[in-house]
Amino acid sequence: MIPAQFDYLAPTTVEEALAALAQHGDEAKILAGGQSLLPVLRMRLNAPEMVIDLGKITSLRGVRDDGDAIVVGAMTQHSVVGSDPLVAEHAALVSKAVEHLADAQIRHRGTFGGALAHADPAGDLGAPTLALGAQFVVQGPSGTRTVPADEFFVDLFETAIGEDEILVAVRLPKHTGWGAHYEKFVRVAHQWPIVAVAAAVRVEGGTIAEARIGLTNMGSTPMRAHAVEQALVGQPATADGVREAASRAAEGTNPPSDLNGDADYRRHLATVLTRRAVLTAAGATG
Amino acid sequence: MTATEARPESEAPEREIGKDRRRKEDQRLITGRTRWTDNIQLPGMLHLAMVRSPFAHARITAIDTSEAKQSPNVVDVVTGQDLAETQGVLINAWPITPDQKTPTHLPVAIDRVAFAGEVVAVVVARSAAEARDAAELVDVDYEELPAALDLKDAAADTVLAHPDLGSNKSAYWVFDSAEAGTGSNVEDAITQARDGGIVLEREYRQQRLIPAFMEPRSTVVDPTGEQLTVWSATQIPHILRFALAATTGIPESKLRVIAPDVGGGFGGKLQTTPEEWITVALARRTGKPVKYTETRSESLMAAHHGRDQWQKLTLSADREGNVTGLKVELLADLGAYVSLVGGGVPVLGAFMFNAIYKFPAYHFAVQTVLTNKTWTDAYRGAGRPEATFAIERIMDELAAEVGVDPLEIREHNWIKHEEFPFTTVAGLEYDSGNYEAATARAKELFGYDELRAEQRRRRESGDPVQLGLGVSTFTEMCGLAPSRVLGQLDYGAGGWEHASVRMLATGKVEVVTGVSAHGQGHETAFSQIVADRLGVPFEDVEVLHGDTQVSAKGLDTYGSRSLVVGGEALVKATDKVVEKAKAVAAHLLEASADDLDFSGGRFSVRGTDQGLAIQEIAGAVFAAHNLPDGMEPSLDSDATYDPVNFNYPHGTHLCAMEVDTETGELTMRKYVCVDDIGNVINPLIVSGQVHGGLVQGIAQALWEEAVYDDSGTLVSGSFVDYLLPTAADTISFEVDHTTTPSLTNTLGTKGVGEAGTIASTPAVVNAVVDAVRHLGITDIRMPCTPERVWRAIQDAGSGQEPTTGAAAPHFDASTGMEGTVDRTAGDAQ
Repeated sequence: MIPAQFDYLAPTTVEEALAALAQHGDEAKILAGGQSLLPVLRMRLNAPEMVIDLGKITSLRGVRDDGDAIVVGAMTQHSVVGSDPLVAEHAALVSKAVEHLADAQIRHRGTFGGALAHADPAGDLGAPTLALGAQFVVQGPSGTRTVPADEFFVDLFETAIGEDEILVAVRLPKHTGWGAHYEKFVRVAHQWPIVAVAAAVRVEGGTIAEARIGLTNMGSTPMRAHAVEQALVGQPATADGVREAASRAAEGTNPPSDLNGDADYRRHLATVLTRRAVLTAAGATG
Repeated sequence: MTATEARPESEAPEREIGKDRRRKEDQRLITGRTRWTDNIQLPGMLHLAMVRSPFAHARITAIDTSEAKQSPNVVDVVTGQDLAETQGVLINAWPITPDQKTPTHLPVAIDRVAFAGEVVAVVVARSAAEARDAAELVDVDYEELPAALDLKDAAADTVLAHPDLGSNKSAYWVFDSAEAGTGSNVEDAITQARDGGIVLEREYRQQRLIPAFMEPRSTVVDPTGEQLTVWSATQIPHILRFALAATTGIPESKLRVIAPDVGGGFGGKLQTTPEEWITVALARRTGKPVKYTETRSESLMAAHHGRDQWQKLTLSADREGNVTGLKVELLADLGAYVSLVGGGVPVLGAFMFNAIYKFPAYHFAVQTVLTNKTWTDAYRGAGRPEATFAIERIMDELAAEVGVDPLEIREHNWIKHEEFPFTTVAGLEYDSGNYEAATARAKELFGYDELRAEQRRRRESGDPVQLGLGVSTFTEMCGLAPSRVLGQLDYGAGGWEHASVRMLATGKVEVVTGVSAHGQGHETAFSQIVADRLGVPFEDVEVLHGDTQVSAKGLDTYGSRSLVVGGEALVKATDKVVEKAKAVAAHLLEASADDLDFSGGRFSVRGTDQGLAIQEIAGAVFAAHNLPDGMEPSLDSDATYDPVNFNYPHGTHLCAMEVDTETGELTMRKYVCVDDIGNVINPLIVSGQVHGGLVQGIAQALWEEAVYDDSGTLVSGSFVDYLLPTAADTISFEVDHTTTPSLTNTLGTKGVGEAGTIASTPAVVNAVVDAVRHLGITDIRMPCTPERVWRAIQDAGSGQEPTTGAAAPHFDASTGMEGTVDRTAGDAQ
């Protein structure tokens, strides 16, 4: 597994990285942990002439509190995000998703921004960030702009990040006090989810007041289960209360068929997993 | 030399056999302080990259190597045409019938490729990276041909894998107990059972698996000495040397083959490979050392695969469930070529379908079939897991049919412990065993009755998570093999094994074995055996293997043969050393040899305190100053041992699986195995073999499958899609043993390398089916994916036949099910 030859740059500032990107254009690939890029290079599925490694840009690492949001630097490793108390308190859904993301080695090398920018619909971070309404901070030659989550994921492996831009941070709006659960369905622990459901709910006196549901691997991008979210509002946080709303989880989805399951099976799974995710997030069982 | 005083009892070496010795090889293996083939760097070494066919079946119309030749640091780019006869040919060592169709298997294809992954050109460059880059520049024109992919279609010759052969049907091999005189006629038994008895007809699918050893295959060839030295990550250095000599024209005496530390094989390195032949050819062509190491993708695509059978079984029994006959008809996928022992794999299973049961009549037939897929060969168990799966699955079906517990139907039919030695309907003599004892212990450890009660409760309450209990009371034949039997089966070699024991002047011991470890722990286990028999410290024994210049004779490691055949050779060589030493001891102690006792490494004169340690005798023989007249000054001894029988480990495996009926998700709840592997040399090594073996068998039941698409491309071509389990996916197994020593070797041992894999697959599938049998499900095809389980439940619930993809089809009901009750009514207790 030897990649084709490439040149390598490891800038220490975002500006240097942007300059390199401007210079090399679509002959360059950004390396942000490399847990997806390196296998692709080694299997020669892609052969960029230049690899720009963001690993030395320290300003892109870390988690901070910014008022109404938690800001996660794009180059923060999954293991750091997963154990961060701010994320756990204010964006628990992300913590729950990171907990079972790939394996320990990958969580220590892979980065939050790298995984999101890769935009694999089977990746574990798309659904929770989409569900929480994350804001993606993108920097380019003319400055930074913020892309809302529902505009960020464009298609399979495609995001709203421009060719001359770099994802620098993700703002996670605070969902303090919300219950959260990431229900992931796999055959073996280290594989991508066949289907997963990210659910955050706010329960008031046993009734679901608000719900945010994201779906993993149910289409060419992470998806939001709006129908379920709306149907859940006002329902009791019980198995019977949730069942009917959850049965709408597959509406509007377009899941793939592969060795792990056909599309119809995934649609079915989405409904069962949504029910379970919501109930667990709400602190109920069943 | 003077005789020493008898030493106190406490100084006598502790008995080594049976001790939980940590493996002496692990320190170097785990810390990486060892030499794998790919670590070898030789001066001026060149590197190879293979250009492989992307098509399953195509004619090669042109190969343009000019651009690749211009690539930096490329030394040469060669095609099959360039190599011509210098590349030799790959052999099939086991033509199972005289009229077997065996396509010529060239290392580099010349005019036609027969599977996706076949080598069509080779780049030689100064570095592996440069070779890889240049390989991308080789331009091959193909004219695609229709490919024979589906096994059943291929058996019908709808598309030919090798048009010049005229048929895909390679060999048809039959064993019939009436013809062999080992039993009665199976058709009579079936006919009789159709009238008031039970006839079960089932078809099972053994999916194609990939051995997926940890170390990819690698070969280094150095042509710069007098001998051509070949290092290879192989299980079979001796067979490789023989085959290279037989097909390349290199005299055997000019070939040295070394298998250094080898990182696993599971049968996948029981092969003579195109890549080895190519590396030899290029080293000879360039006159320089050459290395080839495959990538994981290449390994999955082009190293041999395993299993891949359709199995039709017809079992007849009386109404009480006493079996009266078994008929087995197999289709076995050879892939594109008949590999080293590929055709013989199903034949190894032929003797095992009857398993531990007293079938009075038995018929076995296999049709081996050529297809345009990767060639198949041995994979852990080789033929025996396939047989064990089918018989253990259908015994569960028989239990359901009769309406009794699966353990009860087995007990009804198995060979009782007092009936050993027992000659089976397949003509084998099982020397020893005690199925009752292993089963009783397993039931106890498992809490069988409690789990059955829980299963009942879950069924009654309509729990979305159902519980199933699976049974597998397996036996296997291992310790390959008596040479005479191999001869009768037309195998191209014998099954003996060789060992040498050398007493060094300083009292240390060198042991040379012809078996070739690749992860099993031979160095430790064999040291324990020799330490015990010679009475020397464990640390003083060095086990040498895997280099034909050190270990001149041997037949290598596969088929759980190392201990029971190689170990027996070692025992015999060691005993010869003791005999020689005894003569010297008698001479030095001025006593009659008859008056000497040998114990704890010391010869002592009975009734006196006079004695000599074997190390002292080694020193005396080295000096040779005072030896018996006419005795040659050496204690060193060899033995070549040809086994008289196979070896028959057995055991009872019990598995509890939870099935989430909403999603089809399977969760293993409990796994207990009680194996009878005779006397144990090292329980820790045995435990490792059993745990690893179980996971590999469970993986066939639940996870692994090599899948091709309609054009013959391997879809599961990486570990993303070929699902190997890790520790995170398995539970803690409960492993125990009962002990009935084997009567066919001195140490009373039985093979254990394959037992876990052979036994576990049906235990798991039986548990899965048992969990949902009350829903009308009688089979779920392997691997039992959540989707297949879910679909089986859906289809059963909607009253449809559970056939499409999810479950194996049954036989034609109009002929098959006569004389049977409704299967779905037979709810196992």
